[in-house]
Amino acid sequence: MAKSPVQFRLNGSDRATFVDPGDNLLVTLRRGLNEFGPKYGCGQGACGVCTVLIDGEPHLSCLTLAVACEGRHVETVSGMADGPNLHPLQNAFMDNFAAQCGFCTPGMLMAARALLERNPNPTREEVIEGIAGNICRCTGYEPIITAILAAAGNRGQRQA
Amino acid sequence: MARHKGRGMASINYPIGMNLGGDPSQALIHSNPDGKFTVALSAIDLGQGMKQVTRQVAAETLGVPVEDVYVDTADSDTGPHDMGSFASRGTHRMGNAVIAAAREARGVLLEAAAEELEVNAADLVTDGRGNIHVRGAPSRSITVRATAQAAQFKQGKTIAGRGIFLIPLSAVDAETGEMNPNTAFAHACLVADVEVDDETGEVALLGITSSYELGRALNPKMVEQQLVGGAWMGQSHALYETPEPYYPNPEHGPRDFNEYLMPGPGDIAPYSVTILERPAPDGPFGGKGPGEMCANPVLPAVANAVFNAVGVRVDELPITPEKVLRGLRANGGAKPQARRGN
Repeated sequence: MAKSPVQFRLNGSDRATFVDPGDNLLVTLRRGLNEFGPKYGCGQGACGVCTVLIDGEPHLSCLTLAVACEGRHVETVSGMADGPNLHPLQNAFMDNFAAQCGFCTPGMLMAARALLERNPNPTREEVIEGIAGNICRCTGYEPIITAILAAAGNRGQRQA
Repeated sequence: MARHKGRGMASINYPIGMNLGGDPSQALIHSNPDGKFTVALSAIDLGQGMKQVTRQVAAETLGVPVEDVYVDTADSDTGPHDMGSFASRGTHRMGNAVIAAAREARGVLLEAAAEELEVNAADLVTDGRGNIHVRGAPSRSITVRATAQAAQFKQGKTIAGRGIFLIPLSAVDAETGEMNPNTAFAHACLVADVEVDDETGEVALLGITSSYELGRALNPKMVEQQLVGGAWMGQSHALYETPEPYYPNPEHGPRDFNEYLMPGPGDIAPYSVTILERPAPDGPFGGKGPGEMCANPVLPAVANAVFNAVGVRVDELPITPEKVLRGLRANGGAKPQARRGN
Protein backbone atom coordinates (compact mmCIF):
# COMPACT_ATOMS: atom_id res chain seq x y z
CA MET A 1 0.00 0.00 0.00
CA ALA A 2 1.30 3.43 -0.89
CA LYS A 3 2.55 5.53 1.96
CA SER A 4 1.17 9.03 2.37
CA PRO A 5 3.25 11.99 3.46
CA VAL A 6 2.02 13.83 6.52
CA GLN A 7 3.35 17.05 7.99
CA PHE A 8 2.39 18.70 11.26
CA ARG A 9 3.89 20.74 14.06
CA LEU A 10 5.09 18.64 16.98
CA ASN A 11 5.77 20.61 20.16
CA GLY A 12 6.58 23.70 18.13
CA SER A 13 8.77 22.07 15.43
CA ASP A 14 7.68 21.16 11.91
CA ARG A 15 7.91 17.41 11.38
CA ALA A 16 7.14 15.25 8.37
CA THR A 17 6.97 11.50 7.87
CA PHE A 18 5.33 8.84 5.72
CA VAL A 19 2.41 6.85 7.06
CA ASP A 20 -0.01 4.17 5.96
CA PRO A 21 -3.48 5.64 5.53
CA GLY A 22 -4.73 3.65 8.55
CA ASP A 23 -1.84 4.47 10.89
CA ASN A 24 -2.91 6.11 14.10
CA LEU A 25 -1.16 9.13 15.55
CA LEU A 26 0.25 7.21 18.53
CA VAL A 27 2.11 4.71 16.34
CA THR A 28 3.28 7.51 14.07
CA LEU A 29 4.67 9.51 17.00
CA ARG A 30 6.39 6.56 18.65
CA ARG A 31 7.67 4.61 15.65
CA GLY A 32 7.93 7.28 12.98
CA LEU A 33 9.08 10.31 14.96
CA ASN A 34 10.75 8.75 18.05
CA GLU A 35 8.41 10.72 20.30
CA PHE A 36 7.87 8.42 23.27
CA GLY A 37 5.97 10.83 25.54
CA PRO A 38 2.54 9.35 24.82
CA LYS A 39 2.37 5.74 26.00
CA TYR A 40 0.67 2.73 24.44
CA GLY A 41 -1.80 1.37 27.01
CA CYS A 42 -5.00 -0.31 25.83
CA GLY A 43 -4.95 0.86 22.20
CA GLN A 44 -8.71 1.32 22.19
CA GLY A 45 -9.32 4.66 23.87
CA ALA A 46 -10.14 3.42 27.35
CA CYS A 47 -7.07 4.26 29.46
CA GLY A 48 -5.94 7.77 28.46
CA VAL A 49 -2.14 7.23 28.60
CA CYS A 50 -1.78 8.27 24.93
CA THR A 51 -3.54 11.63 25.41
CA VAL A 52 -2.04 14.47 23.35
CA LEU A 53 -3.24 17.96 22.49
CA ILE A 54 -4.17 18.69 18.87
CA ASP A 55 -4.58 22.43 18.36
CA GLY A 56 -5.02 22.70 22.12
CA GLU A 57 -7.77 20.08 22.45
CA PRO A 58 -7.11 16.75 24.20
CA HIS A 59 -7.28 13.72 21.91
CA LEU A 60 -6.59 10.03 22.34
CA SER A 61 -3.75 9.54 19.87
CA CYS A 62 -4.49 5.80 19.54
CA LEU A 63 -7.91 6.64 18.06
CA THR A 64 -6.71 9.51 15.85
CA LEU A 65 -5.62 8.90 12.27
CA ALA A 66 -2.19 10.35 11.58
CA VAL A 67 -3.30 11.76 8.22
CA ALA A 68 -6.01 13.75 10.02
CA CYS A 69 -3.25 15.75 11.77
CA GLU A 70 -1.96 17.28 8.54
CA GLY A 71 -1.10 20.93 9.17
CA ARG A 72 -2.17 20.86 12.81
CA HIS A 73 -0.21 21.35 16.04
CA VAL A 74 0.35 18.21 18.12
CA GLU A 75 1.61 18.68 21.67
CA THR A 76 2.90 15.92 23.95
CA VAL A 77 4.29 15.84 27.47
CA SER A 78 7.78 16.25 25.99
CA GLY A 79 6.94 19.82 25.04
CA MET A 80 5.54 20.89 28.40
CA ALA A 81 8.73 22.09 30.05
CA ASP A 82 10.32 25.36 28.93
CA GLY A 83 13.97 24.35 28.76
CA PRO A 84 15.02 23.55 32.33
CA ASN A 85 11.85 25.15 33.74
CA LEU A 86 9.11 22.64 34.37
CA HIS A 87 5.50 23.51 33.62
CA PRO A 88 3.54 24.49 36.78
CA LEU A 89 1.58 21.25 36.45
CA GLN A 90 4.78 19.20 36.39
CA ASN A 91 6.03 20.98 39.50
CA ALA A 92 2.68 20.43 41.21
CA PHE A 93 2.76 16.71 40.32
CA MET A 94 6.20 16.45 41.91
CA ASP A 95 5.33 18.47 45.00
CA ASN A 96 2.15 16.47 45.64
CA PHE A 97 3.54 12.97 44.96
CA ALA A 98 1.11 12.56 42.06
CA ALA A 99 3.12 9.80 40.37
CA GLN A 100 4.35 6.40 41.46
CA CYS A 101 5.16 4.11 38.52
CA GLY A 102 4.69 7.08 36.18
CA PHE A 103 3.02 5.26 33.28
CA CYS A 104 -0.21 7.30 33.43
CA THR A 105 1.62 10.58 34.08
CA PRO A 106 2.12 11.77 30.45
CA GLY A 107 -1.59 11.34 29.72
CA MET A 108 -2.65 12.81 33.08
CA LEU A 109 -0.50 15.90 32.49
CA MET A 110 -1.95 16.47 29.03
CA ALA A 111 -5.53 16.00 30.24
CA ALA A 112 -4.85 18.37 33.14
CA ARG A 113 -3.22 20.93 30.87
CA ALA A 114 -6.19 20.90 28.50
CA LEU A 115 -8.50 21.34 31.49
CA LEU A 116 -6.62 24.32 32.93
CA GLU A 117 -6.33 26.00 29.54
CA ARG A 118 -10.09 26.01 29.07
CA ASN A 119 -10.91 26.43 32.77
CA PRO A 120 -8.11 28.08 34.77
CA ASN A 121 -9.89 27.75 38.12
CA PRO A 122 -11.65 24.39 38.16
CA THR A 123 -13.56 23.01 41.11
CA ARG A 124 -12.64 19.60 42.52
CA GLU A 125 -15.58 18.09 40.61
CA GLU A 126 -14.38 19.67 37.38
CA VAL A 127 -10.88 18.27 37.93
CA ILE A 128 -12.36 14.81 38.48
CA GLU A 129 -14.34 15.15 35.26
CA GLY A 130 -11.25 16.41 33.44
CA ILE A 131 -9.23 13.27 34.25
CA ALA A 132 -12.12 10.80 34.19
CA GLY A 133 -10.80 9.25 30.97
CA ASN A 134 -7.38 8.50 32.44
CA ILE A 135 -6.71 5.36 34.47
CA CYS A 136 -4.13 5.39 37.29
CA ARG A 137 -3.24 2.16 39.09
CA CYS A 138 -0.92 3.47 41.81
CA THR A 139 -1.92 6.78 43.36
CA GLY A 140 -5.62 6.37 44.11
CA TYR A 141 -6.16 9.64 42.15
CA GLU A 142 -6.30 11.83 45.26
CA PRO A 143 -2.70 13.16 44.92
CA ILE A 144 -3.33 13.86 41.22
CA ILE A 145 -6.51 15.82 41.97
CA THR A 146 -4.66 17.73 44.69
CA ALA A 147 -1.77 18.50 42.31
CA ILE A 148 -4.04 19.86 39.57
CA LEU A 149 -5.90 22.06 42.04
CA ALA A 150 -2.56 23.29 43.40
CA ALA A 151 -1.28 24.10 39.91
CA ALA A 152 -4.49 26.02 39.18
CA GLY A 153 -4.03 27.99 42.40
CA ASN A 154 -0.41 28.83 41.53
CA ARG A 155 -0.92 29.84 37.94
CA GLY A 156 -1.76 33.45 38.70
CA GLN A 157 1.32 33.85 40.90
CA ARG A 158 3.71 32.24 38.44
CA GLN A 159 2.50 34.30 35.53
CA ALA A 160 2.66 37.55 37.48
CA MET B 1 -36.59 0.73 49.33
CA ALA B 2 -33.84 2.54 51.13
CA ARG B 3 -30.16 3.18 51.48
CA HIS B 4 -28.59 1.66 54.56
CA LYS B 5 -25.38 2.83 56.17
CA GLY B 6 -22.96 0.33 57.62
CA ARG B 7 -19.55 0.20 59.23
CA GLY B 8 -17.00 -2.60 59.10
CA MET B 9 -13.59 -3.14 60.59
CA ALA B 10 -10.55 -5.28 59.82
CA SER B 11 -7.23 -5.80 61.55
CA ILE B 12 -4.13 -7.24 59.96
CA ASN B 13 -0.81 -8.74 60.99
CA TYR B 14 1.25 -8.56 57.86
CA PRO B 15 4.48 -10.56 57.36
CA ILE B 16 7.30 -8.71 55.61
CA GLY B 17 9.07 -10.85 53.01
CA MET B 18 8.79 -14.59 52.51
CA ASN B 19 10.82 -17.72 53.00
CA LEU B 20 10.87 -20.44 50.38
CA GLY B 21 14.51 -21.46 50.09
CA GLY B 22 15.79 -18.60 52.22
CA ASP B 23 15.32 -14.93 51.41
CA PRO B 24 18.53 -13.08 50.46
CA SER B 25 19.22 -9.62 49.01
CA GLN B 26 22.61 -8.29 48.02
CA ALA B 27 23.93 -4.76 47.54
CA LEU B 28 27.21 -3.40 46.21
CA ILE B 29 28.43 0.16 46.78
CA HIS B 30 31.41 1.94 45.31
CA SER B 31 32.61 5.52 45.19
CA ASN B 32 33.48 7.34 42.03
CA PRO B 33 36.54 9.63 41.86
CA ASP B 34 34.27 12.65 42.43
CA GLY B 35 33.32 11.35 45.88
CA LYS B 36 29.81 10.30 44.92
CA PHE B 37 28.57 6.80 45.58
CA THR B 38 26.77 4.30 43.40
CA VAL B 39 24.61 1.60 44.98
CA ALA B 40 23.97 -1.40 42.74
CA LEU B 41 20.84 -3.44 43.44
CA SER B 42 19.00 -5.96 41.31
CA ALA B 43 15.60 -5.43 42.90
CA ILE B 44 13.72 -2.77 41.01
CA ASP B 45 11.61 0.20 41.99
CA LEU B 46 8.07 -0.26 40.67
CA GLY B 47 7.15 3.25 41.78
CA GLN B 48 6.81 2.44 45.47
CA GLY B 49 9.94 4.42 46.36
CA MET B 50 12.56 1.72 46.95
CA LYS B 51 15.26 3.69 45.15
CA GLN B 52 14.64 6.73 47.32
CA VAL B 53 14.53 4.74 50.56
CA THR B 54 17.70 2.75 49.82
CA ARG B 55 19.38 6.00 48.81
CA GLN B 56 18.51 7.53 52.19
CA VAL B 57 19.71 4.39 53.99
CA ALA B 58 23.01 4.39 52.07
CA ALA B 59 23.64 8.12 52.66
CA GLU B 60 22.84 7.86 56.37
CA THR B 61 25.16 4.87 56.85
CA LEU B 62 27.98 6.27 54.73
CA GLY B 63 27.69 9.67 56.42
CA VAL B 64 27.43 11.61 53.15
CA PRO B 65 24.71 13.90 51.71
CA VAL B 66 21.78 12.07 50.13
CA GLU B 67 22.40 14.01 46.89
CA ASP B 68 25.77 12.25 46.58
CA VAL B 69 24.27 8.77 46.38
CA TYR B 70 22.90 7.23 43.20
CA VAL B 71 20.98 3.95 43.27
CA ASP B 72 21.26 1.85 40.14
CA THR B 73 18.76 -0.97 39.71
CA ALA B 74 19.28 -1.33 36.00
CA ASP B 75 20.29 -4.88 35.30
CA SER B 76 19.80 -8.16 37.12
CA ASP B 77 22.30 -9.84 34.74
CA THR B 78 25.22 -7.70 35.89
CA GLY B 79 24.03 -6.57 39.34
CA PRO B 80 24.30 -8.43 42.65
CA HIS B 81 21.71 -11.15 43.26
CA ASP B 82 18.31 -10.35 44.70
CA MET B 83 15.09 -12.31 45.13
CA GLY B 84 13.13 -9.35 43.78
CA SER B 85 10.62 -6.62 44.56
CA PHE B 86 7.63 -8.47 45.99
CA ALA B 87 6.18 -9.73 49.28
CA SER B 88 6.58 -6.21 50.73
CA ARG B 89 10.26 -7.03 51.29
CA GLY B 90 11.94 -4.03 49.65
CA THR B 91 12.59 -1.68 52.55
CA HIS B 92 13.44 -4.43 55.03
CA ARG B 93 15.60 -6.79 52.96
CA MET B 94 17.30 -4.38 50.54
CA GLY B 95 17.60 -1.72 53.23
CA ASN B 96 19.52 -4.11 55.49
CA ALA B 97 21.74 -5.26 52.60
CA VAL B 98 22.51 -1.62 51.76
CA ILE B 99 23.44 -0.90 55.40
CA ALA B 100 25.92 -3.81 55.37
CA ALA B 101 27.49 -2.64 52.10
CA ALA B 102 27.62 1.00 53.22
CA ARG B 103 29.29 0.08 56.52
CA GLU B 104 32.08 -1.71 54.68
CA ALA B 105 32.49 1.16 52.21
CA ARG B 106 32.51 3.69 55.06
CA GLY B 107 35.33 1.73 56.73
CA VAL B 108 37.49 1.99 53.61
CA LEU B 109 36.54 5.68 53.16
CA LEU B 110 37.68 6.52 56.69
CA GLU B 111 40.92 4.54 56.26
CA ALA B 112 41.71 6.43 53.07
CA ALA B 113 40.97 9.73 54.83
CA ALA B 114 43.10 8.69 57.81
CA GLU B 115 46.05 8.08 55.51
CA GLU B 116 45.69 11.57 54.05
CA LEU B 117 45.25 13.26 57.44
CA GLU B 118 47.92 11.06 59.08
CA VAL B 119 45.61 10.11 61.94
CA ASN B 120 43.94 6.95 63.22
CA ALA B 121 40.78 6.02 61.27
CA ALA B 122 39.01 5.25 64.55
CA ASP B 123 39.25 8.95 65.46
CA LEU B 124 37.43 10.15 62.33
CA VAL B 125 33.79 11.18 61.99
CA THR B 126 31.66 12.38 59.08
CA ASP B 127 29.49 15.50 59.20
CA GLY B 128 26.91 14.31 56.66
CA ARG B 129 27.71 17.32 54.47
CA GLY B 130 30.60 15.83 52.55
CA ASN B 131 33.41 16.28 55.10
CA ILE B 132 35.44 13.93 57.27
CA HIS B 133 37.20 15.32 60.33
CA VAL B 134 38.97 14.29 63.53
CA ARG B 135 36.48 13.86 66.37
CA GLY B 136 36.50 17.08 68.40
CA ALA B 137 38.80 18.86 65.94
CA PRO B 138 36.70 19.98 62.92
CA SER B 139 39.64 21.91 61.47
CA ARG B 140 41.55 18.67 60.90
CA SER B 141 39.34 17.72 57.98
CA ILE B 142 39.24 16.46 54.42
CA THR B 143 36.34 16.33 51.99
CA VAL B 144 34.86 13.02 50.85
CA ARG B 145 35.64 14.14 47.32
CA ALA B 146 39.35 14.70 48.06
CA THR B 147 39.45 11.38 49.88
CA ALA B 148 37.93 9.56 46.91
CA GLN B 149 40.44 11.19 44.57
CA ALA B 150 43.36 10.28 46.85
CA ALA B 151 42.13 6.69 47.08
CA GLN B 152 41.80 6.43 43.32
CA PHE B 153 44.90 8.27 42.12
CA LYS B 154 47.42 8.11 45.00
CA GLN B 155 46.64 5.21 47.29
CA GLY B 156 45.35 2.73 44.71
CA LYS B 157 42.33 1.77 46.84
CA THR B 158 38.74 1.06 45.90
CA ILE B 159 36.26 2.66 48.29
CA ALA B 160 33.65 -0.06 48.06
CA GLY B 161 31.47 -2.30 50.15
CA ARG B 162 29.58 -5.57 49.81
CA GLY B 163 26.37 -6.30 51.66
CA ILE B 164 23.98 -9.16 51.98
CA PHE B 165 20.93 -9.66 54.15
CA LEU B 166 19.76 -13.25 54.40
CA ILE B 167 16.79 -14.71 56.17
CA PRO B 168 17.89 -18.36 56.13
CA LEU B 169 15.59 -21.20 55.11
CA SER B 170 13.17 -22.03 57.86
CA ALA B 171 12.62 -25.75 57.58
CA VAL B 172 9.36 -27.35 58.68
CA ASP B 173 9.67 -29.35 61.91
CA ALA B 174 8.76 -32.95 61.02
CA GLU B 175 7.13 -33.58 64.41
CA THR B 176 5.09 -30.42 64.89
CA GLY B 177 4.82 -28.93 61.41
CA GLU B 178 6.09 -25.71 62.92
CA MET B 179 8.09 -23.19 60.93
CA ASN B 180 8.86 -19.51 61.19
CA PRO B 181 9.14 -17.93 57.77
CA ASN B 182 8.85 -14.35 58.97
CA THR B 183 11.03 -11.98 60.90
CA ALA B 184 9.01 -8.78 60.90
CA PHE B 185 5.29 -8.17 61.12
CA ALA B 186 3.58 -4.90 60.33
CA HIS B 187 0.11 -4.16 61.68
CA ALA B 188 -2.95 -2.15 60.77
CA CYS B 189 -6.55 -1.57 61.71
CA LEU B 190 -8.99 -0.15 59.18
CA VAL B 191 -12.62 0.97 59.35
CA ALA B 192 -14.80 1.29 56.25
CA ASP B 193 -18.10 3.19 56.07
CA VAL B 194 -20.49 2.24 53.30
CA GLU B 195 -23.99 2.90 52.07
CA VAL B 196 -25.89 0.01 50.47
CA ASP B 197 -28.86 0.61 48.20
CA ASP B 198 -31.29 -2.28 48.80
CA GLU B 199 -33.07 -1.63 45.49
CA THR B 200 -30.04 -1.69 43.17
CA GLY B 201 -27.57 -3.60 45.35
CA GLU B 202 -24.97 -0.90 44.81
CA VAL B 203 -22.39 -0.30 47.52
CA ALA B 204 -20.97 3.21 47.88
CA LEU B 205 -17.80 3.58 49.93
CA LEU B 206 -18.27 6.70 52.05
CA GLY B 207 -14.96 6.81 53.83
CA ILE B 208 -11.97 4.89 55.19
CA THR B 209 -10.21 5.47 58.49
CA SER B 210 -7.06 3.53 59.27
CA SER B 211 -3.98 3.33 61.41
CA TYR B 212 -0.82 1.57 60.31
CA GLU B 213 2.17 0.40 62.34
CA LEU B 214 5.02 -0.32 59.95
CA GLY B 215 8.18 0.33 61.90
CA ARG B 216 9.84 3.67 61.33
CA ALA B 217 8.46 5.51 58.30
CA LEU B 218 11.78 6.05 56.52
CA ASN B 219 10.16 8.48 54.09
CA PRO B 220 6.84 9.58 55.61
CA LYS B 221 5.44 11.20 52.44
CA MET B 222 6.13 8.07 50.41
CA VAL B 223 4.56 5.89 53.09
CA GLU B 224 1.45 8.04 52.98
CA GLN B 225 1.47 7.93 49.17
CA GLN B 226 1.60 4.13 49.19
CA LEU B 227 -1.16 3.84 51.77
CA VAL B 228 -3.50 6.19 49.87
CA GLY B 229 -2.87 4.46 46.55
CA GLY B 230 -3.13 1.01 48.11
CA ALA B 231 -6.48 1.83 49.70
CA TRP B 232 -7.81 2.63 46.23
CA MET B 233 -6.62 -0.76 45.02
CA GLY B 234 -8.29 -2.41 48.02
CA GLN B 235 -11.53 -0.59 47.17
CA SER B 236 -11.20 -1.79 43.60
CA HIS B 237 -10.68 -5.44 44.62
CA ALA B 238 -13.53 -5.24 47.15
CA LEU B 239 -16.17 -3.72 44.88
CA TYR B 240 -15.11 -3.65 41.22
CA GLU B 241 -12.43 -5.68 39.54
CA THR B 242 -12.08 -9.37 38.80
CA PRO B 243 -10.63 -11.35 35.89
CA GLU B 244 -13.07 -14.24 36.44
CA PRO B 245 -16.45 -13.01 37.68
CA TYR B 246 -18.02 -16.50 37.58
CA TYR B 247 -14.99 -18.53 38.61
CA PRO B 248 -14.31 -21.33 37.70
CA ASN B 249 -16.50 -20.69 34.65
CA PRO B 250 -14.24 -18.66 32.34
CA GLU B 251 -17.14 -17.19 30.37
CA HIS B 252 -18.13 -13.57 30.88
CA GLY B 253 -14.55 -12.66 31.76
CA PRO B 254 -13.58 -9.08 30.93
CA ARG B 255 -11.65 -8.47 27.73
CA ASP B 256 -10.76 -4.81 28.07
CA PHE B 257 -11.05 -1.76 30.33
CA ASN B 258 -14.69 -1.29 29.35
CA GLU B 259 -15.48 -4.60 31.06
CA TYR B 260 -12.70 -4.79 33.66
CA LEU B 261 -14.10 -2.27 36.09
CA MET B 262 -12.10 -0.08 38.43
CA PRO B 263 -13.13 2.92 40.50
CA GLY B 264 -12.39 6.17 38.70
CA PRO B 265 -11.36 9.49 40.24
CA GLY B 266 -15.02 10.24 40.99
CA ASP B 267 -15.49 7.02 42.99
CA ILE B 268 -12.74 7.47 45.58
CA ALA B 269 -13.68 7.85 49.22
CA PRO B 270 -12.17 10.25 51.77
CA TYR B 271 -9.30 8.45 53.47
CA SER B 272 -7.85 9.25 56.87
CA VAL B 273 -4.64 7.50 57.80
CA THR B 274 -2.59 7.60 60.98
CA ILE B 275 0.93 6.19 60.96
CA LEU B 276 2.28 4.75 64.19
CA GLU B 277 6.05 4.44 64.28
CA ARG B 278 7.48 1.61 66.36
CA PRO B 279 10.98 1.02 64.99
CA ALA B 280 11.62 -2.68 64.32
CA PRO B 281 14.76 -4.10 65.99
CA ASP B 282 15.95 -5.88 62.84
CA GLY B 283 14.73 -3.31 60.30
CA PRO B 284 16.96 -0.79 58.52
CA PHE B 285 16.79 2.22 60.86
CA GLY B 286 13.69 0.52 62.25
CA GLY B 287 11.76 0.33 58.97
CA LYS B 288 9.49 -2.57 57.99
CA GLY B 289 7.67 -1.03 55.05
CA PRO B 290 4.04 -0.79 53.91
CA GLY B 291 3.86 -2.85 50.70
CA GLU B 292 0.86 -5.02 50.00
CA MET B 293 -0.82 -4.40 53.34
CA CYS B 294 -1.92 -0.99 52.04
CA ALA B 295 -4.67 -2.76 50.10
CA ASN B 296 -5.41 -5.94 52.07
CA PRO B 297 -7.49 -4.77 55.06
CA VAL B 298 -9.85 -2.71 52.87
CA LEU B 299 -11.43 -5.90 51.50
CA PRO B 300 -12.64 -7.53 54.74
CA ALA B 301 -13.56 -4.14 56.21
CA VAL B 302 -15.86 -3.40 53.26
CA ALA B 303 -17.35 -6.91 53.39
CA ASN B 304 -18.04 -6.43 57.12
CA ALA B 305 -19.55 -3.00 56.47
CA VAL B 306 -21.93 -4.44 53.87
CA PHE B 307 -23.03 -7.09 56.39
CA ASN B 308 -23.47 -4.40 59.01
CA ALA B 309 -25.59 -2.31 56.63
CA VAL B 310 -28.00 -4.90 55.23
CA GLY B 311 -27.19 -8.25 56.86
CA VAL B 312 -25.84 -9.81 53.67
CA ARG B 313 -22.61 -11.78 54.05
CA VAL B 314 -20.84 -11.76 50.67
CA ASP B 315 -17.90 -14.18 50.76
CA GLU B 316 -16.75 -13.92 47.15
CA LEU B 317 -15.05 -10.86 45.72
CA PRO B 318 -15.83 -8.44 44.29
CA ILE B 319 -19.00 -7.46 46.14
CA THR B 320 -21.11 -6.67 43.08
CA PRO B 321 -24.71 -5.37 43.07
CA GLU B 322 -25.79 -8.80 41.78
CA LYS B 323 -24.35 -10.61 44.81
CA VAL B 324 -25.85 -8.09 47.22
CA LEU B 325 -29.30 -8.39 45.59
CA ARG B 326 -29.15 -12.21 45.66
CA GLY B 327 -28.26 -12.04 49.33
CA LEU B 328 -31.08 -9.60 50.06
CA ARG B 329 -33.56 -11.88 48.29
CA ALA B 330 -32.33 -14.95 50.21
CA ASN B 331 -32.68 -13.05 53.49
CA GLY B 332 -36.12 -11.69 52.64
CA GLY B 333 -34.91 -8.08 52.55
CA ALA B 334 -32.44 -5.83 54.28
CA LYS B 335 -31.57 -6.79 57.86
CA PRO B 336 -29.46 -3.92 59.24
CA GLN B 337 -27.19 -5.10 62.06
CA ALA B 338 -26.47 -3.42 65.36
CA ARG B 339 -23.93 -0.66 65.13
CA ARG B 340 -21.30 0.19 67.67
CA GLY B 341 -19.78 3.61 67.99
CA ASN B 342 -21.24 6.66 66.31
